[in-house]
Amino acid sequence: MTNGENYAIDIRNVTKIFGDEPETALAMLKAGKSKTEVQAETGQVIGINDVSLQVEPGQVYVVMGLSGSGKSTLIRHVIRLIDPTSGEIYVNGEDVLGMSLPELREFRRSKIAMVFQKFGLLPHRSVIDNVAYGLEVSGVNRAKRLETAAHWIETVGLAGYENSQPHQLSGGQQQRVGLARALTMDADILLMDEAFSALDPLIRSGMQDELLKLQSELHKTILFITHDFDEALKIGNRIAVLNDGAVVQEGPPEEIVLHPADPHVEEFVQDVNKARAIHVHTIMDKDISEPVEVSVLDTARCEDVLPLFADYQWVGVEDSDGNQIGRVSARRVIKALARFSKDVTTDS
Amino acid sequence: MALTQLVIWLIIAAGFLSLIYAIIREKLSMTMTLFAWLGVLVVIIAAALSMQVGRDFFPDFINTKPLRYWVDDGLNWVVANWGDGFEATAYPLQWLLLRTEKILLSIPWWFLVAIFSSLAYLATRRPALPILVAVGLIAMGMMELWEDAVRTMALMLAATITSIVISLPLGIFMSRSLRFRRIMMPILDLMQTMPSFVYLIPVVMIFGPGKVPALIATIIYAAPPLVRLTDLGIRQVDPNVMEASRAFGTTPRQRLFGVQIPLAMPTILAGVNQTTMMALAMVVIASMIGAGGLGYQVLQGIGRLEVSRGLFAGLGIVVLAIIFDRVSQAFGRQLQARIGLAER
Repeated sequence: MTNGENYAIDIRNVTKIFGDEPETALAMLKAGKSKTEVQAETGQVIGINDVSLQVEPGQVYVVMGLSGSGKSTLIRHVIRLIDPTSGEIYVNGEDVLGMSLPELREFRRSKIAMVFQKFGLLPHRSVIDNVAYGLEVSGVNRAKRLETAAHWIETVGLAGYENSQPHQLSGGQQQRVGLARALTMDADILLMDEAFSALDPLIRSGMQDELLKLQSELHKTILFITHDFDEALKIGNRIAVLNDGAVVQEGPPEEIVLHPADPHVEEFVQDVNKARAIHVHTIMDKDISEPVEVSVLDTARCEDVLPLFADYQWVGVEDSDGNQIGRVSARRVIKALARFSKDVTTDS
Repeated sequence: MALTQLVIWLIIAAGFLSLIYAIIREKLSMTMTLFAWLGVLVVIIAAALSMQVGRDFFPDFINTKPLRYWVDDGLNWVVANWGDGFEATAYPLQWLLLRTEKILLSIPWWFLVAIFSSLAYLATRRPALPILVAVGLIAMGMMELWEDAVRTMALMLAATITSIVISLPLGIFMSRSLRFRRIMMPILDLMQTMPSFVYLIPVVMIFGPGKVPALIATIIYAAPPLVRLTDLGIRQVDPNVMEASRAFGTTPRQRLFGVQIPLAMPTILAGVNQTTMMALAMVVIASMIGAGGLGYQVLQGIGRLEVSRGLFAGLGIVVLAIIFDRVSQAFGRQLQARIGLAER
């Protein structure tokens, strides 16, 4: 079958036009006119312009873009809160757009769950009833759903708050409720729409760490939307950069940092913490098995090895089985970081 | 001449029909164009005719007398042929009103005072309002207005209950269908602005003087704010919460009863409060067609130029208004605090 069965989420050539005559605008787009031309001529607003994305199972896939780039619109298509003007969407090989309303409800209840930027908690219900909401609407009995909900409340670190009302919690705690509510659905796929953007920087960073920790245990497929490039680099296995409703670059984080595809992406890259973006295994000397005094795992990033260079000249890199696969020196790391910094010698 | 009149009537009728169509289908430009053309048409005809006749005041270029006859004859026909049917339809209303009255009158006065005082305490958790309620009710009893007050209360409660039963579904439909809302809005405006005597006359003609027409007139006057506020409350529910609810695979019914109605409840309660207040405001007028109660005392006071009678009964209405207003508002605030919507 060609129905994208190898992918958890397969978005193909999705276009979304807002307005009362989307077909006219769509025809003009297909005829090769630019987004600005079409918008000027028809007055229709193009939210998403011919976007294709493939997310593999178990990946944390980040869609990055500024406000107005269409990223929130895009993620809503996956769970069909918004219907596209044209294109195809498959989730685990299932044709999302072909689903009838009852099928769509069943899909939302079992296959996919979503966390929202503005939390979207039910203000009149306690924390535990919020977390159990998804199970409640799919008809799970009260004892069972409260048990499951209590488990996930504990997992996200909110034990003791079960009977609080959402408005009594801080923003970070409210989003934990949102996360627990999504995890309770036991769906393979998690959609996170700017889930941490409304939080204070410190709390945001803590939530990111916790998400990574959870992910290392749960191995879900996560489609994560953010406008924060640092956040994208920290949690993403792959990143797609969205601008003006179209994908301008797609690939692993290093590739985007090391080879920005256009000036727009380059602007993001300039301000980014490259030590966090670049994994040491991408810049190491390969196949050098000379013994080293200290080693890191191949998942380590440059920021993880920097402190080690205060005491050691070389740092080894090991795969998950403990075999050394290469080594890296301070010089090499500095070179990698410096290569993509602004040229201060001529600028100043 | 008759033919010209017919043609003019047809043109105007067609114009108005298209206008209504345009309003309902939300064709703004079409609506404006039709409005303009109808206006121009009327002015031209009026000008032409007034020049012809040579008079300054508004010319009678169309004979509207038949229209009046139709309305009057139509109503007479309805009364003659469907009167019994209407009375049968109104039977549940009568039953509700009489039953409420009977129950309230069968409760000993001290127990009723206790009920309202404890309600006031439950709503505010402070001693001030319960004391005010008890003092007000007892004062009314001492003024020999107890039975009248209870009858008025019964009319108000019956009107409020019926209004809730009618208004909630209407408000819910309005919040879900823009077109239905467009149709309902002018009707609600009409119900609220049309002087109540205008519909008292046909209602009395159909049902005869008594409690039922008084109740119906009260409902017509008191229900619109509840319809409006139900519609408003549901449309104002945070779209983020609605979207999250949809994302979890809820059915429209689950969203309505699990999210929209609970979150609209404070607004709906404000509507109930409005409805009780407006029902009380109708008491005097309703007593003209046989509702009895405090309103009848006021009416008698006016008739006999007995200022004291009117004043005391009037104060009794004020006491009832204060009780129901403060208690329902306090309950509304409690509800808002519980869902975290209270002003901080």
